[in-house]
Amino acid sequence: MDRLPADIAHEAAHFPEPLPLECGLTLPGFTLAYRTHGRLNADRSNAILVCHALTGDQYVAETHPITGKPGWWEAVVGPGRAIDTEQYFVICSNVLGGCMGSTGPASPRADGTLWGTDFPPVTIGDMVQAQARLVSRLGIGRLFSVIGGSMGGMQVLEWAARFPERVFSAIPIATAAHHSAQNIAFNEVSRQAIFGDPHFHAGRYRDHDEIPARGLAVARMMAHITYLSEAALTRKFGRRTRAQGPAAGRTLFDEMFEVESYLRHQGSSFVRRFDANSYLTITRAMDWFDLAADHDGDLARAFHGSRTRFCLISFTSDWLFPTAQLRAVARALNRAAANVSFVEIETDRGHDAFLLDEPDFHRTVSGFLKGCGEQQRKEENVLS
Amino acid sequence: MRLDLALIADMIAPSSRVLDIGCGDGGLIEHLSRTRGCDARGIELDMAEVTRAIAHGLPVMHGDADHDLAQYPDAAFDYVVLSRTLQAVERPREVLRQMLRIGTRALVSFPNFGHWQVRLQLLRTGRMPMTATWNRPWFETPNIHPCTLLDFRALCADEHYVVERWLAIDEAGRRSPWRRSLWLANVFGEQALFLLRKA
Repeated sequence: MDRLPADIAHEAAHFPEPLPLECGLTLPGFTLAYRTHGRLNADRSNAILVCHALTGDQYVAETHPITGKPGWWEAVVGPGRAIDTEQYFVICSNVLGGCMGSTGPASPRADGTLWGTDFPPVTIGDMVQAQARLVSRLGIGRLFSVIGGSMGGMQVLEWAARFPERVFSAIPIATAAHHSAQNIAFNEVSRQAIFGDPHFHAGRYRDHDEIPARGLAVARMMAHITYLSEAALTRKFGRRTRAQGPAAGRTLFDEMFEVESYLRHQGSSFVRRFDANSYLTITRAMDWFDLAADHDGDLARAFHGSRTRFCLISFTSDWLFPTAQLRAVARALNRAAANVSFVEIETDRGHDAFLLDEPDFHRTVSGFLKGCGEQQRKEENVLS
Repeated sequence: MRLDLALIADMIAPSSRVLDIGCGDGGLIEHLSRTRGCDARGIELDMAEVTRAIAHGLPVMHGDADHDLAQYPDAAFDYVVLSRTLQAVERPREVLRQMLRIGTRALVSFPNFGHWQVRLQLLRTGRMPMTATWNRPWFETPNIHPCTLLDFRALCADEHYVVERWLAIDEAGRRSPWRRSLWLANVFGEQALFLLRKA
């Protein structure tokens, strides 16, 4: 039987003040696990908040304590990288509802029992409210930049809409202002896979000392396909097969395609680090995200009067968050007369391209940040 | 920077809000923002140029004159620039209307189809002219709406635009000597540059 990973101590900040949530409930205090890289400068003007995607966490640029793998964005965040930790102070926190040390379904409440399915339905807005308290706790008024891909990009847009004066620049990547019907549909298949696992026990699997590993693995396998592209899968695996044992060829499944084996590995390694209830909570938060709906159906209103400098980046082969969705955000920003850069990076690696080694993408991020740095210094000179 | 862009830059007041449509690698907006204190932004269709411009720290978005101007609010800019692109857009009149809706002034440059070499070649050979300026064969040229200086002035009159300044420019982007007579400029100017505002 699969067990949960041993509890690892994550660096975290605790916030005893209640946090009112968008659903109407209130969290009586909460914890956010976070990591920082680089050094905050004297005038506190070089802080960058990196927002992680659905299954990411705060281990953005260092070896993960559970998987032992490199940080999820080491290609982009680090010394001399596009988000240069020798120049910027980078903060990355595990989202509210997550399972890597932040308050979520897998964490205990006041009476010592786990939240489990009683954890309230949090939203992208709630995640951002929680992060804002962390940023304040770290003594930072205005962030030099807020950056993130996929669900991280939703948080970036939410930050810019909610706290325009606290966001000097924003880089939403491979994202959209709402989850499309197709995205919700994929999430629903993931959730049904989890619900259908007999070890799920209506979300109370911890009381039974079990986890719905099979359902969560299938959810991950399905979702993982949506992060790639046909071209990327073909290049990586084609139709190559491998034998399973000596009886190869005699029965239906003695032989498996390499892509099957890859997906199974993705599924089984995922359940070792991710909590099923967290997965349900966070996918639901993404589904409910609709920035225009929060502003009378007009996305431009979300950014009215914004002085934030935006850089929107999409990828040609991303069919989960297609360029058209981010272009709609760019046009809304135009309607709001905001300062917006927008580029679609040519790649065949699908949605996951934002996590990979894409030189044009990295050049765009570092160049944009450099331009923002010049602008920030110019504005400071005017003020002083 | 291209010489014709320098001429355009000279017509833009310092500290203005500027939109450069078809900004290429952003040479003009870089010049305007770094030396003139302008809030200069760009739109560019070629994705490689967009990437280069953003990577150079310039605010540029992927888009085009025909489809992306309608998004901007009225009077969002002091100047809207369209250099050497008008002849290649789908609906030049609509693009000009949008430029003067979102901007107080429009700066438009375009190659002059009235140039004497163009006229002479068509007359002499009976074939579509090929010159240094008009250098692509008819079946693959992006220049689907060529016009002459006089054509452009007529459109401005139709639309009640005020021509605040105009210049004829040679192919290298130097200002040409035909300053007084639009008729002479229409024969000898390879490119034209107009500064417009609404009446």
